[in-house]
Amino acid sequence: MIRHLLSGADLDADTATLVLDTAAEMATVAGREVKKLPALRGRTVVNLFYEDSTRTRISFEAAAKRLSADVINFSAKGSSVTKGESLKDTALTLQAMGADAVVVRHPASGAPHRLADWVDGSVVNAGDGTHEHPTQALLDAYTMRSRLGRLAGLHVAIVGDVLHSRVARSNVLLLSTLGAKVTLVGPPTLIPVDISPALAPGIDVSYDLDTVLPNVDVVMMLRVQRERMSDSYFPSAREYARRYGLDGPRMRRLPEHAIVMHPGPMNRGMEITPEVADSPRSTIVEQVANGVSVRMAVLYLLLGGSNR
Amino acid sequence: MTAYLIRNVSPVGGEPTDLLIRDGVVAEVGAGLSADDATVIDATGLVALPGLVDLHTHLREPGREDAETVESGSRAAALGGYTAVCAMANTSPVADTAGVVEQVWRLGREAGLVDVQPIGAVTVGLAGERLAELGAMADSAARVRIFSDDGHCVADPRLMRRALEYVKAFDGVIAQHAEEPRLTEGAQMHEGEVSTRLGLTGWPAVAEEAIIARDVLLAEHVGSRLHVCHVSTAGSVEVLRHAKARGVRVTAEVTPHHLLLTDERAESYDPVFKVNPPLRTAADVDALRAALAEGVIDVIATDHAPHAVEDKECEWAYARPGMLGLETALSIALDVLGPRWDLIAERMSRVPARIAGLTGHGLDPAPGVPANLTLVDPAARRVIEPAELASRSRNTPYARMTLTGRIVATFLRGEPTVLDGKAVK
Repeated sequence: MIRHLLSGADLDADTATLVLDTAAEMATVAGREVKKLPALRGRTVVNLFYEDSTRTRISFEAAAKRLSADVINFSAKGSSVTKGESLKDTALTLQAMGADAVVVRHPASGAPHRLADWVDGSVVNAGDGTHEHPTQALLDAYTMRSRLGRLAGLHVAIVGDVLHSRVARSNVLLLSTLGAKVTLVGPPTLIPVDISPALAPGIDVSYDLDTVLPNVDVVMMLRVQRERMSDSYFPSAREYARRYGLDGPRMRRLPEHAIVMHPGPMNRGMEITPEVADSPRSTIVEQVANGVSVRMAVLYLLLGGSNR
Repeated sequence: MTAYLIRNVSPVGGEPTDLLIRDGVVAEVGAGLSADDATVIDATGLVALPGLVDLHTHLREPGREDAETVESGSRAAALGGYTAVCAMANTSPVADTAGVVEQVWRLGREAGLVDVQPIGAVTVGLAGERLAELGAMADSAARVRIFSDDGHCVADPRLMRRALEYVKAFDGVIAQHAEEPRLTEGAQMHEGEVSTRLGLTGWPAVAEEAIIARDVLLAEHVGSRLHVCHVSTAGSVEVLRHAKARGVRVTAEVTPHHLLLTDERAESYDPVFKVNPPLRTAADVDALRAALAEGVIDVIATDHAPHAVEDKECEWAYARPGMLGLETALSIALDVLGPRWDLIAERMSRVPARIAGLTGHGLDPAPGVPANLTLVDPAARRVIEPAELASRSRNTPYARMTLTGRIVATFLRGEPTVLDGKAVK
C-alpha cells in the first residue's frame, strides 16, 4: 500500500480496486448495531482543515472513529500566512503530537505534498485548492461500481467548471486508471488547457451537453462557484443553466440505466434542477454515505490496518 | 596599489599569455612578462573573461536586509565572477528618487566588491500611475540610465510611451517586465499541461508576448531604447526577431534558469522553482538557447532574487517568486553554451556593460583598460551547497547539483575581490 494519498495518480488499478473492495467490507459496519471496529485503536488521526468543509471533515471524522482511532480536529481557517504560523511549523507540531495520519484540506494546491515532506505519518489529501480530492474520486467510483456493477468500459461525462474542480481532476485520473472513458463537458473557458495529455490520454472534451448525454452511463455535475459568475467565464447564470444545466428534459436524453452524480453542495436550479437532484437516478445521498466507507478503507490501508 | 602578474592565462579567443595589472589597469599583455613587485598568480588552464556584468540583480536593501544586503549581494556577485551589477528598484522604499538610488550606490561603493549601479523605478512606488523623477535619478551621483518597475509591468500604454520618450533626454533605457497583468491574475506557474495537472493557475505565454509586441511598436514609434527583462517564451523570441529585423532599438535578456529549467520542476510543489516569469516548457528553453546564440537575445542576466526562508518554505501559492542566480550563472551559461568564451563574454559582459552605459566594464584585457577581470577554471566541477553560498538567502534551484566551471579570481579595478575561489573581504 502507498504511504500517502495525495493524488488520484497515486493509485494504480490494483491499489484502487483494493481500496474499493475494502470499502465494501467497511460498508457492512454501517449496518451493525455497534458501528465500530478496533482496527486503528491507539492510532491518532488529525483532521487539519485550513478551509471550511463540514461535509468532508465529518466524513473523515466518522471514518476514523468507526475504526477506533483517536481523532484530533484542527481547524486552521484562513491561510497559514494570515494565521501567522507556517504550514511547516504546524507540521512539526503535529509530528510532536505523534499523528499517525494527517487529513488535510487546504486552499493552496500542493499543500498536502509539502506537508508530506515534513511529517513522518501518512498524509491524506482532503482537497487542495483547485488540484485534487482523491477520496471524493474513490467514493464516486465506489458509487458507480455499486450502482452499475463495473467501472471498466463505463462512459462518464463530467460537466461544468472543470477548470477549478479538484473533484474533476481526481475523477479523471482514477476513472481512466480503472478503465472508464471520460468526457469533459463545459464552456471552453472552464476546460483547462491541454487537459488530455496533462491528466490522462484519451479524454474527450465537448462543449455540447445535449450530444453527449445519450451516450453516457454516468453524468457527474460539478458545482459552479458563485464567484465564477461575475468573472466572465460565462455571460450569465441563466445562460449557463440553459447550456450546461441538467434539467428534466435533458435527463430524459440519458440511457435508461444511466445515473446522475454530484459531489455537493449543489446550486439547485443552476447546474442541476430539483427534479433531477431528487430523482431515483440521482446518487447524491448515496455518495455521502459511501464517503465514510471509502475513507475508512483509506485510513485502514494507509495505517497498515491490514497487517494488524 | 599592489601589482598582479597573472601567468599563462587564456584570454578570450587567444593563446595563453601573461597579464600585468598595475594601478587599477592592465599594464601589459604578453608572454614572459616579469615584475618584481607583483604578486604572481599561476593561471595555467584558466580563462580570463572581462568581468561579468549583471543587468538584473535584486539586492533587497533598503527594506529586506534579512534576505540580502548590498554588501552580501555584492560578495555573491564577486564570487560569481561579476564586477558590476545593476540593482533593481523594487526595494522598500522603492528606488524612485535620487535619494534612494544614491543610497544604494553609496552602499555599493562602501562594500567595494562590485560596482553597484542602481536602476531607478519608472513610476512612483512602482504603482504604474505616474512617472518617477527619472531626470533627477539620471542627474544624481548614481547616474541612473536604466529604469524599470521590475516585478510589475508598466501596463498603461500611454505611460509606457511617455517613459520611453522622456529618457531619450539622457540616453536612458526602459527595462520592461513584460506581463499583461489582466492575463496573469492569480497566476502561479506557466499555463500548460503541467499547470493543468497541478491545479495551479496558469501564466500564459501570450501575457508576455503581447506586452513585448506592444512595447517594440511603441519604441519604434518614438525612436527610443527598450530593454526586455527575462524573456521566457518562444513566442517572445519571434516578436523580438521581427522587431530587430525592423531596426527597432530593442535589447533583451534571458536568465540562466529559463535557459536550463522547465515547468516540470513545479511537480514537486517546491517553491524554490517558483519564479516570475515562470519556468516554461522544453520547447521554450530550446528557442531561448537558440535566440541567445543567434543574438536575438542579447544578454544573460541573473534576476538574482534572494528570499528569506519563511518566504519560500511554505505553500507554493504563498511563496514569493524568485531564485538566486549570481553565484551559479557562469556555470549555467557554460552548460548551455559550451566553452564558447567569446559568446559568453559578449552575453555576460560586453553587451550588458554597453546597455547599462558602464564604460569601464565589458572590456577585454588590453594595455590601459581598467582591470575588471574574471578568471575561470572551466574544468572544475562543484556541488552547490546552499549553506555555502555568500548570499544571505538560500533559494537556489541548483541545490546539490554538480555544476561545471568555477570562478578562481575576480578583479575590480586591479584589486582582487575573489582569490582562490574565496571572497577577499
